[in-house]
Formats: sequence, structure tokens, C-alpha cells
Amino acid sequence: MAFIHQHIELIYIVILSIFLGIEVISRVPAVLHTPLMSGANAIHGVVIIGAIIVMGQAEADNYIALILGFLSVILGTLNVVGGFVVTDRMLEMFKSKK
Amino acid sequence: MSFSVLSIIYLLGSVTFIIGLKMLSHPATARKGNLIAAGGMTLAILGTIFLYEHNGERLHNYGWIFTGLLIGGVIGVLAAKKVKMTAMPEMVSLFNGTGGACAALISAIEFRHLSENVVTTGELLTILLGLMIGAVSFAGSMIAWGKLNGRIKDFAFKGQHIVNQVVLAVMVICAVWLLWSNDGLQVHHHILFYIVLVLALLYGVLFVMPIGGADMPVVISLLNSFTGVAAACGGFLYNNQVMLTGGILVGSAGTILTILMCKAMNRSLKNVLIGSFGGAKAGVAKEQGLYKAISLSDAAVVLAYAQKVMIVPGYGLAVAQAQHACHELEKQLEEKGVSVLYAIHPVAGRMPGHMNVLLAEADVSYDKLLEMEQANAALPTTDVVLVLGANDVVNPAAKHDPDSPIYGMPILEVETAKMVIVNKRSMKPGYAGIENDLFFQPKTSMLFGDAKQVLQQLISEIKQV
Repeated sequence: MAFIHQHIELIYIVILSIFLGIEVISRVPAVLHTPLMSGANAIHGVVIIGAIIVMGQAEADNYIALILGFLSVILGTLNVVGGFVVTDRMLEMFKSKK
Repeated sequence: MSFSVLSIIYLLGSVTFIIGLKMLSHPATARKGNLIAAGGMTLAILGTIFLYEHNGERLHNYGWIFTGLLIGGVIGVLAAKKVKMTAMPEMVSLFNGTGGACAALISAIEFRHLSENVVTTGELLTILLGLMIGAVSFAGSMIAWGKLNGRIKDFAFKGQHIVNQVVLAVMVICAVWLLWSNDGLQVHHHILFYIVLVLALLYGVLFVMPIGGADMPVVISLLNSFTGVAAACGGFLYNNQVMLTGGILVGSAGTILTILMCKAMNRSLKNVLIGSFGGAKAGVAKEQGLYKAISLSDAAVVLAYAQKVMIVPGYGLAVAQAQHACHELEKQLEEKGVSVLYAIHPVAGRMPGHMNVLLAEADVSYDKLLEMEQANAALPTTDVVLVLGANDVVNPAAKHDPDSPIYGMPILEVETAKMVIVNKRSMKPGYAGIENDLFFQPKTSMLFGDAKQVLQQLISEIKQV
């Protein structure tokens, strides 16, 4: 209970975001399913922020935390950068051609 | 002060994600939407690095952070730029896996970190959820990646579903035990934590292993939404709104997208995951009728003298990477005064929309691609339909045979055209493992061979017509 109480605003965000996500997607044409999946894939790369926080808080002598944090920053960046670039490459081809 | 600036940055980031997703769902604005979301992400990352404070302390280890960003960024750009268009789905799966691994690692570090401090059940719960979902998503995505590029074969054993359920149950029991006995973390809690991690990885592998390669898009989309939820767990842990909105948005949007994909195949998600198709493959082979093959030169003549040709691309075209050859053929035919259109089934290829992406890569004009309904309306007036490596999406059994496993799936009704030429590598049934009556109909001719080679030979034959 204390957890819910403490995080009530976050819980609001969760519930509203769920409906927003459904609303935003439900009218997408099948043509865009793959790029959309790829774009969504890039957006969940936002987990990188957690990795940066973990990395930035690791003590200088805590090597395990440093190494694991470093690894998570690399993996998170891969997700973000790779995700957005791949999506852009896919969408580049949808340009209307004269 | 700087923390409130950061809050505004996070707010902006969240808004760009919503706008980005919204714009991604319209063809005209999609590319811009992607860039907007990327911009928001960059802002949120930079803001976190320079402005984040916890108990009045800024982040340190900048050297590590920037090196990590640089390495990940360079590899990410190179991988994304170099990957072939046909390998896109694998790439998405791979990037999804790295996101999942990132979430699981964060949980692992935070758990070690927490063990030195007081832990609330809520914190521990989000850490465990992030760990389990992230690890399942990572392991599952890696298997999906391996399956799509052919490194991993389908693998199922008897009673696998029961084993999967047991692994899942044991994992949940361990996690709950860890939560309940949480009164200062001790050695056995650490052991439990790593058992949960191992079981989650194992479950991810077992979960994806028996699902057929053609269903991987649905699985990737599902794992995509898993990773979203794992990222959102991080949002709870750090009280971080942008992680939460980003994660949950992807979680819910990804789930809807998964359901839409299943719908396009007229199957339920449960059916895809449990894979009732696996059983149908071993079922009784129906009597094979007689089919007739057509020679390359005959096919070339038929195509060159037609007025309207409709090309139906499918999985086989993607595998053979024949999209450029396909466009060549189209140009060649147009020079002969033949009108050429493409009929795109929503689930043709390896992912919904995959055919559009592939053909667009080969510079096929966007307005030549007909969606299923338009195509079905145009088919009765079409002279020749050229089916390139598609099978189940043109199987008339989906309309006529209530016993067929694909009965009810919307199909391209190519049999309404005057003539059908089917290019396939062999008479092997398609993914659904069922015979296709279309191949045995009098108006159908089979043109065997690899799609790319056949197309190239057709082009040179047509030149001589």
C-alpha cells in the first residue's frame, strides 16, 4: 500500500499511457507495421536513462558495478541509436516518388 | 533548480514520444515522427547526464558514460546502416534484445546496490520485474534473431509447454519468496535473485524455440512490448517519468500491434504462441492433384502479351532478395506496354509491411502497390497474376474449405484472374503446412526456381520477345 501511495502519480501516468498507446496505434495502416514496430523498439531504448543513472552513481572502486553499468550503457545506446537509424532507413524509402 | 529543468526536459521527451508514435502511424509523416522521437530521446539523455541529481549529488564517471555512449552509438549506426533490407526484422529483434539486456543489467546492479541499504518491498518488486521481463525479452529476442537468419532451427519436444509452464512457475515462486522473506537481504536472497535471472533467460529461450520462423514477427512485436514494460520498471525505480511514459507507451502500443498482426493472419495470439500449426504439418497428406509447369520462354511470352499483370510478392521473394529483379521485370514489361501492379497481402513477407519496405528499396513506385481490397477488386480484370514466393496468402482453401487451418484468413483471390503463374522453389507446402489447391487449378502454371534467378531469366527472355 505504501508503495502505491508513494507512487500514485506514476500510476496515473501508467494508466493514461496504456490508453494513449492503444489510441495512437489502432489506426495504423498495415504498410507501416514494420517501421512502427521498429520505431517503438527505439523508443523503449529510453531504458538507457536508467543505465546512465546507474553508471553515474557507481563508486569508483566498485568494479563490478562499473563494468556492468558500462555494459548496460553500451547495450542501451545500441538499442536507441540502432533503433532510430534502422527506422529512418526503412522510412526513407516511403518517400513519394514522382 | 537544475532538477526542475530536468523535469521539463523529461516532459518534453515524453511528449515527443507520443507525437512521434502518432506521426509514425501515417505514411506522410512517419519519417518526421521518428526524427522527433529521436530528438526527444537525445534531449532526455543529455539532460540526464548533466542535470540529474540524487540527494544533491550529480552523476560522476563521465568518462565511462561517454565511452559507453560512443561505442554503442558507433556500433549501432554501423549495424543499422550496413544491414540489408531483407535482414531488417532480424536487426529489430537484435536491438530489442539489447534493450532487454540493458533493463536486466540495471536491475542486477541495483539489487547489488540495494543490498547495502534498506529495501522496500516496492523497490524490490520493480527490480525483480525489470530483471525477469528484461531477461525473457533478451533471451527470446536472441533466439528470434537466430531463427530469422537461419542459425537456429525450430526445436520442440513433447511436453514442452508443460516444461515452459513449470519454469515460469518456479521463477515466479522464487521471486515471490524473495519478496516475502525480505527483512534485510542475506546470502540466500542473492542466490534466489540469480536463480530468478537464470530461469528468466531459460524461459525466454524455451518460449521462442518452438514457434515457427514465419511467426517471428509476432513474437518480436510481443517481446518489443515486454522490453517496454521492463523499461517502465526502471521508471518506477528512479521515479523517472520519461522512462515510464516511453516504456508503457511501447508496452501498450506493442501489444496492440501484436494483436493487429495476428488478426491479419486470422489467428489468435494464443494460437501463434502455442502453435497448433505444428500439428497440422504432420497430418495426413492430402491427395496431390496434377499441376502443370510452364517454361521460362512461355511465361515470358504470356507476360509480354498481357495487358494487365499483377505481381503477388511473398516470403520467397524476400528470401531470394529478388526485389530489384522484380522491379526490373516491371520496367521491362512497362516498356512493352503492359500495365504492372503489385498486390500486397498484409502479412506477406517476414513482417507486416515488409513487402512495401522491400519493394520501396528497389524503387518501386508507392502507388503501384495495391492493398488487399484494392487488389481483389482489380484481379478479375487482370490477365496474368505472377505469384512470387507467396503461398498461404493466395490459398483458396481459406475461403472454401472450413476444415482448413487457415479457413477464414483474408486472401488475395488470384484465381479470379485469367491466368496465374506461380513461382516457387518446389511443390513443398507453405508455412501452414497445407496443400494449395490453387497450384492444381487448370488456369495455374508453375514456374519452378529461385525467385531471383527466374526473374532475371524472365527479363532477358522478355527482351527478346
